Amino acid sequence: MNIAVVVRQVPDLIEPLEIAPCGTAIDLDAASFILNESDDHALEQALLLKEAGGGTVTVVALDSGDVDNTLYTAAAKGADALIKISQQDHAPRSPRTAAARYAEAVKPLGADLVLVGVQAHDELDGALPPFLAAAMGLPYVGVIRGVRAATETGAVIVCKEFPGAVMAQVRVKLPAILGILGADQPPRYVPVSRIRAAMKSAQLSECEAAAPQREPLVSVVRLVPPAPAARAEMLSGSEAEVAARIADILSAKGLVK
Amino acid sequence: MTTVESHDGKRLLEQLGASDYGKPPLGCMQCGLCAATCPLGPAMELPPRKLILYAAAGNLEPVLSSPALWMCVACYACSKRCPRGIELTEGLWPALRDAAMQAGIQPPAELQETFQNVLKYGNVLGKSPRQRLDWTKGLDVRVLDLSREPRPVDVLWLVGCYPSYYPRNQVVARAFARILTELGVSWGILGARERSPGECDRMFGEEGLFETLVEQNRELFDKQDFGKLVVLDPHAFRALQSFYPRFGAWYPVQHYTMFLAEHLEQLRPLIVRPVEAVVTYHDNCCVGRRCGCYDPPRELLQLIPGVKLVEMARNRDDSLCCGGGGGGMWLDAHIVAHGGQRLSDERVRQAAASGADTLAVSCPYELSRFEDAAKVTGLEERLKVRDIIELLAESMELGERSVS
Repeated sequence: MNIAVVVRQVPDLIEPLEIAPCGTAIDLDAASFILNESDDHALEQALLLKEAGGGTVTVVALDSGDVDNTLYTAAAKGADALIKISQQDHAPRSPRTAAARYAEAVKPLGADLVLVGVQAHDELDGALPPFLAAAMGLPYVGVIRGVRAATETGAVIVCKEFPGAVMAQVRVKLPAILGILGADQPPRYVPVSRIRAAMKSAQLSECEAAAPQREPLVSVVRLVPPAPAARAEMLSGSEAEVAARIADILSAKGLVK
Repeated sequence: MTTVESHDGKRLLEQLGASDYGKPPLGCMQCGLCAATCPLGPAMELPPRKLILYAAAGNLEPVLSSPALWMCVACYACSKRCPRGIELTEGLWPALRDAAMQAGIQPPAELQETFQNVLKYGNVLGKSPRQRLDWTKGLDVRVLDLSREPRPVDVLWLVGCYPSYYPRNQVVARAFARILTELGVSWGILGARERSPGECDRMFGEEGLFETLVEQNRELFDKQDFGKLVVLDPHAFRALQSFYPRFGAWYPVQHYTMFLAEHLEQLRPLIVRPVEAVVTYHDNCCVGRRCGCYDPPRELLQLIPGVKLVEMARNRDDSLCCGGGGGGMWLDAHIVAHGGQRLSDERVRQAAASGADTLAVSCPYELSRFEDAAKVTGLEERLKVRDIIELLAESMELGERSVS
C-alpha cells in the first residue's frame, strides 16, 4: 500500500501566543513551531501499515516553521520520501488554500491512502482534511483511531470514534483520505543520531505551490487574549479552621449537604 | 524496525573494549561484584554481570528488551568496584541503551518526553527558553547576561535546568548569585541561550542528542571570554570534565563545591551567623564516587559556626545514590514497577539514623528527591534538606526563606 501523509506545523504553545498589531491574527513571527500532534499520529499509523503489509510512505508538508526537521525526523522513523511545498506568498490564509496546495503535491503520487491529522490545534474545526478530499475527488472518513488492511485488496478497516466513545469498524474502499485522531500506538521515539543521519542522507524534494491564495470564507473581526481567571483562594489558619472553611465551600457549591 | 542480530552482542562489547572507556568488557570474569554492589541489582532481571554474559554469548536480544536496561541510575558503584576495571556506568550501560534504541526498542515514555524537551527547548523540564531567567526576578544583585552583553569574566556560571526553572532550586540559584557577588568574582551567565550540557542524555545512551548539545554549547562557549565554567549540577560537571573533551571541546570546569572550597579564606570572614544544625552530607555520585572529591563540601560545611557535621554509615565512596542519575530522575515509576525501590527513600532513613537534623546536598536533583522522600517516609518534621549553598548563604546573611 502506498501511503501519503500530510503533516502541518503549528505554533508551539510553550510560548505565550501574542496577537499581531493588526488585531486579527496571531503574531507568528514571535512563535516557535512544532509538528501538529494528530499529524504525528497519522505518520505513525502510516509507518505501522507499511511495517505490517509493505508499501511506501511519502510525507508531504508546506514549507513553514521547523518543517525540515519534521521531515527528516519522519525519514529517520522510516518514511521513504519527503516532499516540501514551497510558497512564494507565505502560509495559506485559509484551509481551502492549504488543501489546494497539498492536493497539487499529493495527486501525482497516486497514493492508495492519504492520512492526515483530523484537526490541528490552530484549526480545531478540522476543515483541512475534507477540503483536501474534495480537491482530490476522494472519499473522506475522519476521527479515526486505528487502521488495518482489509482481507481483500483495495480496502482498509478503520476504527472510527463517535460521541460517547462509541467505536465503529468501517470498511473504506481505496483510494481514500482518512482524518487520524490517534494511531494504533503512540508515535515512536527515534534516537537523535538517526535524525542526524537522515539529515545527511535523506532526499527532500521540493515543489512550488501553484494554487493562489483564496480569501477565507469567514474573516476574523477581532482576537482577544483570554482574560486571567480569578486567583485561587489560599486558606490559612489552624487545621480545624481550614477544614471548616473547606466544608463551607463544598456545601455552598452544593457538593455536600 | 531494525532487528537485533545475534552476533551484535559480542561485536558491541569488542567495540567498547577498543574505546577508552575503562578495560574491555570481554575481560569480565563473572565474579558478580557489580550485581551485588548495584543498589538496584536485586530487582534487575538481568543485573550488570548477566548483561555482559548474555551479550558476550551473542545473545543480545534479551538484554536489549529487558526492563533492567532502563534501571541503571548511573551511581558508579559497579564501575568503582569492578576488579577488572570495566567502566560499566559510562561505557557498557549507555552503549547497550543506544543499541536498544537503534534497534527500535522504545525507552520508557517519561524519558522520551525528557529527550524531546532537551532537543526542542534545551532543558529537561520542557520550559520555554525565554523563561530561563525567571529565577533572577527580585534578585538584589546584578546578573550579567553574557549572551546579550559579552565581556571577559572569571566565571561563566552554567545555572542549570532545575536551578533556572524549578521553584525550590531557584532559591539556591539566587543564593549562589549573592555568594559569587559577595566574593567579588566577575561572573556572568548565558541567560536564555543556556542549554543543558546533556549528561543524562549521554548516560542514557542518547548519543546523537548529546552530540547535538555538545555542538550547540561549544558554539555558545566559544563566543565568550571566561576563566572557567562553574556548575551547580554534578552531572554537568562530569559531562564537561570528561565527555566534552572526547569531542575536542575542552573547557576548565568546576563543580561549585570545588570552586567555593578554593575560596575558603575569602569566605571565612564573610561567614558570620551561626547555623545551629546537626548536618550530614550526602556525597553525590559524579563529584563523589566518580571523581573522588569528598573533602571540599565538608570543608565548606565545617566553615559554618554552629554546624556539627556527622557522617552517615554509608559515606564517601560507599555513599548510596539518590536514584536520580542516568535518567533515573524520570524513571521512579519504571523502577518501582519492576521491583526496584526509590533509593532516595532509603537514603533519608540513613540520614535520620545518623542523628542529623539536616541533610546537606550539592546536586539540584537531590533537593526535590530527598524532600519528597522525607515526606513519604514520615521524616519531614525531623529532617530538613538543604543545599550547601543555602547553609552558606544563611551564615553569610544572604539567604532567603526556602520555599517548600
